[in-house]
Order: sequence, then structure tokens, then C-alpha cells
Amino acid sequence: MSVLIYAENAGGKFKKSVFEAVTYARAIANQNNTSLVAISIGDVDAAELAALGKYGAEKVLNVSGEKLKNFVNQAYASIIAEAAKKHSADIVVLSNTFSGRGLAPRLGVKLEAGVADGAVALPQQDGGKFTVKKTAFSGKAFAVVELTSANKVIALVPNSYKVTETGETAQVEDFTAETKDSDFKAMIKEIVRSTDKVSLPDAEIVVSAGRGLKGPENWGMVEELASLLGAATACSKPVSDAGWRPHSEHVGQTGIAVSPNLYIAIGISGAIQHLAGISSSKVIVVINKDPEAPFFKVADYGIVGDAFDVVPKLIAAVKEYKASA
Amino acid sequence: MKILVCVSNVPDTTTKITFTDNNTQFNTNGVQFILNPYDEIALSRAIELTDGGKGSVTVINVGEVNTEATIRKALAIGATDAVRINAKPHDAWYVAYQIAQYVKANPFDLILTGRESIDYNGSKVAGMLGELLDIPSVSIIKKLDADDSSATVEREIEGGKEALTIPFPFVAGTAEGVAEPKIPNMRGIMSARTKPLTVVEPVEAKTFSEVLSYETPAPRGQVKLVPADDTARLVELLHTEARVI
Repeated sequence: MSVLIYAENAGGKFKKSVFEAVTYARAIANQNNTSLVAISIGDVDAAELAALGKYGAEKVLNVSGEKLKNFVNQAYASIIAEAAKKHSADIVVLSNTFSGRGLAPRLGVKLEAGVADGAVALPQQDGGKFTVKKTAFSGKAFAVVELTSANKVIALVPNSYKVTETGETAQVEDFTAETKDSDFKAMIKEIVRSTDKVSLPDAEIVVSAGRGLKGPENWGMVEELASLLGAATACSKPVSDAGWRPHSEHVGQTGIAVSPNLYIAIGISGAIQHLAGISSSKVIVVINKDPEAPFFKVADYGIVGDAFDVVPKLIAAVKEYKASA
Repeated sequence: MKILVCVSNVPDTTTKITFTDNNTQFNTNGVQFILNPYDEIALSRAIELTDGGKGSVTVINVGEVNTEATIRKALAIGATDAVRINAKPHDAWYVAYQIAQYVKANPFDLILTGRESIDYNGSKVAGMLGELLDIPSVSIIKKLDADDSSATVEREIEGGKEALTIPFPFVAGTAEGVAEPKIPNMRGIMSARTKPLTVVEPVEAKTFSEVLSYETPAPRGQVKLVPADDTARLVELLHTEARVI
């Protein structure tokens, strides 16, 4: 028995969410007194692969090839499932990212495994029961789910498990797996990456704004603050509905759920649907001119004031802090 | 073009979530159940794609009789007909397996689900259906155009977006952007009463997971207010006290 972690790369590099998932998978392997194998698919250089050892992977399986340069759901699932079988992995860990959430259910079927996506804590293995705490009701609650199958697939929410380093280097070996032509029916025509923007689902800091900004032309200061903090930008539903910002930035119950270390909400009143998507943020800052805005009830820090007055001052304060740091 | 839209019956988005029986049961008392908002987007796009006699839209739900109000809402929005698989939806595997068995006997060109349901946020049924039917699945799509034999979709990826062409049949999990949710009009509501709703008994299927209990997030402390003209103090608190910058 072993634990297998799928390490997804973005343009040949691993992101922090992968190191979190490897650390998490290492802890599960320790719980079960077993080994941890990582698998990477696509073009990632050897040093980057070996560095997964720092977080506890003993071995890294490297799968590459022209057809596998970009994420192809079916083919990647076939390869990961085969690796799990060859390495007798009964637990497969992924990051709960867009790709991870596409892969986990296909792996669940291939491995006849229960799937716990949205995992936010280490599994508990008491009295023969294997339980995982996961997000439910769009962040309004957590569910403790028992996986009753022999094989298990767990997708870990970014920013929910602390990265620790063991300082080791992993052994990297090439791995080949059978893929069928039918695995490649979905043909990628074009990929557009916003290289200058921080990805919202795994951002450590999110700067979000709502209708209080009055119009899309006023988003410059939100973007400036986000850029200074290395943060992703986000918005409330009315803002994306109005077309001021793209739907991909909508955070909330019917948008993206985020769990950053810091969530800064500007001019957002805090409707229950918005709070659902951000409630697992570690620290919440609210800037709103209405002292009765419901968002203040869940905030850690707040400023009662007009966004057009406060945000430029906050930008200046962050610049000053950065200059003195 | 024959389109199947998988719909689920979920608590209204304004619901305050509470639990009973020592936090082992979701408290449905006073909760209004609705058509899952993401499924509504999928359904709206399916109706647009088949508008003008270009095909049909069937909605399918795995649920007990209490979900029929939600199914009728889908019919009122414009679905052609509906299927209810008469079973409690135990877990995603169970739901996907039931739908897959139905689809094997009644093939569709395109199967749509919402990107996730807003209760358990699993986003699993689309991928599981794809695997059970051995067809492509693509999740979190923001755009969907189709002709007679294939579709072009745009999906969200980390730090960007990706455009794909996929031949029928395939499964897609839709998100905002694919379509504006349609509001049923009076004609739709009236005709929904007479549209066919077939009830199918479930097949035997495994379940691989079970919710044992629930927790609510720990309450946060009192907000610490900082004067609007002292943003430097906020930055200092975020650095020294909260340690997040």
C-alpha cells in the first residue's frame, strides 16, 4: 500500500498548492506507515521534480510526451489510475483546483474509490473508519464524510494545509502508461493565460470589490492594491452580473469559493451568498461606508469609510510599508 | 440535437444552514428547495441551443417525489420532458451511476450538469458520468457553442482559459457565463403541468461515501475597527498581529 499525490504543474512549475498537497499526502502516508509517491504529467524539468522530495515525496514518476503537454482530463486520469495500480496506492491525493476537480471523479470511477473533494483537514482513521472533513453548503458548513471504499481519492483545498519541508530529495523516474486515442477526443484549440494576474482559487491574498465602487471604471485602485499585495482580484455577484468584471472573478455561493490568508472586501455589503464563498478566509478586512453592513459581523478588521477615500490611502500606506520593509 | 440536463434539488441560497440530531442531519425545517443555480444555467443554454426545433432537452433528477416541484420548474423554463429516478441521492457515485444506466438505454448527444451543486459542492457527477459512459467530460465551462456533431467550449483553467472542440457525445459542467438563467413565463408554467415526467425505478448501485456529521465554521471574534484616516494602522495590524502581509 502507498499514497500517490498528483502534482499538477502550471507552465512547467509547481505552485504552492502542490507543496501543500505533497505535505498533506506525506502526513497521510505517515498515518499509515507507508510510502509516498508523486506523479507529474507534462513538461517539468528534473530539478523541479526532485524538489518534491523536500515536502516528503520519496519517488517522483515523470510522465511526458507531446500529447500530454497540456492537461487532458481523460488521458491524465488514465495515467494516474495506472500509476496508482502499479504502485499499489490505495489513497490518491490531488489539489482541489479546476484540473483536480475534473480529474478526481474520473479517478473515483477508474479506481472504484470514494472521492472526498474540498478536503480541509487530515483524514481521521479511528475505529476502522476513514473520515475526511470537507467544505459543504458553499462554505456555510463542513461535512465529515466517511469513505467506505478500499481505494480513496482526496482533493485538498488550496491554503488549507501548512507546507512543511523535510529537506530530502526525491528519486525521479520516467513512467509510461497506456492511453487510448479516445482519451484525446477533447481537442485543445487555444490557451490564453493571464501571466500578470494571480490565480483566484489558490491566491493567498484576495482583494475584492462590490457595487460600492459604482462602476467598472473605478477598478483601477482595486487592481493597484492587489498588485502591491501580490493578490488576486475578485468581485461580488451583482458586479459580474452587471458585466463590470468577468464571471471568473465572482466569489460567493454561486461563484468561486476561496480560502485565502487575507480577504479584503471593498464596498461589498456581505449578503449571505457572498459570505458563503469567503467564510474560510483566515483574516477578513472590510471597508464599507455603511457601519451596519453585515460584512462587519464576520470581519476581523474593518474601516467604516468611503472606498474612494479609504482605498487610495490604504494604497499609500501599503507602499510606505513596502518601502520600509 | 438531444440534450440531457442533470438537475438537483438544493436549499435556497439564502438558507441559514443548521443541523439536528447531534449535528448528523441537515435541518430542512422551513428550508425552501430550489433548482440548483448552476443547473439552471446549463438548462438555459440547452434550451437556447435547441431553440426553433433544433432538438430536445430532457431533464433528469435522482430524487424522491419531493423533488418534483423543482423538476416542474425546469419544465416551465422550457425543457421538453423530464425523468425522475426514484431514489434518495446517496452520494455522487450513486447519482452518476443511476444516470449513466439511463443514458446507456437512452443515448444523448450532449449531457450537461451544473459545475457543482451548491449543497455538497462536489462537482463530481459530470466527471463520473464521463468515465462511466467512456466519453469526454469537461468541467467549469464558461462558454458553449454547438453544431450538429460537436461543440466548442471555453473552460476556466488556473490563471487563464482554454478553448476546446469536442465531438458528441460528451458531458460538460457549466458555470456562469454559459447563459443567463431563464425565468419561466406564464405559458411555460401552464405547459409544465402537462409535459411528460417519467418516473424510473433505480438500479442497484454501490455507494462509496457517507456523511457522518456536520460542523459549522467557528465564530469569529469582534471586528477591530480602524479609523478611516489611519490606514497605516491597518497595515501594521495585518503585518504584526494577523501576520498575513
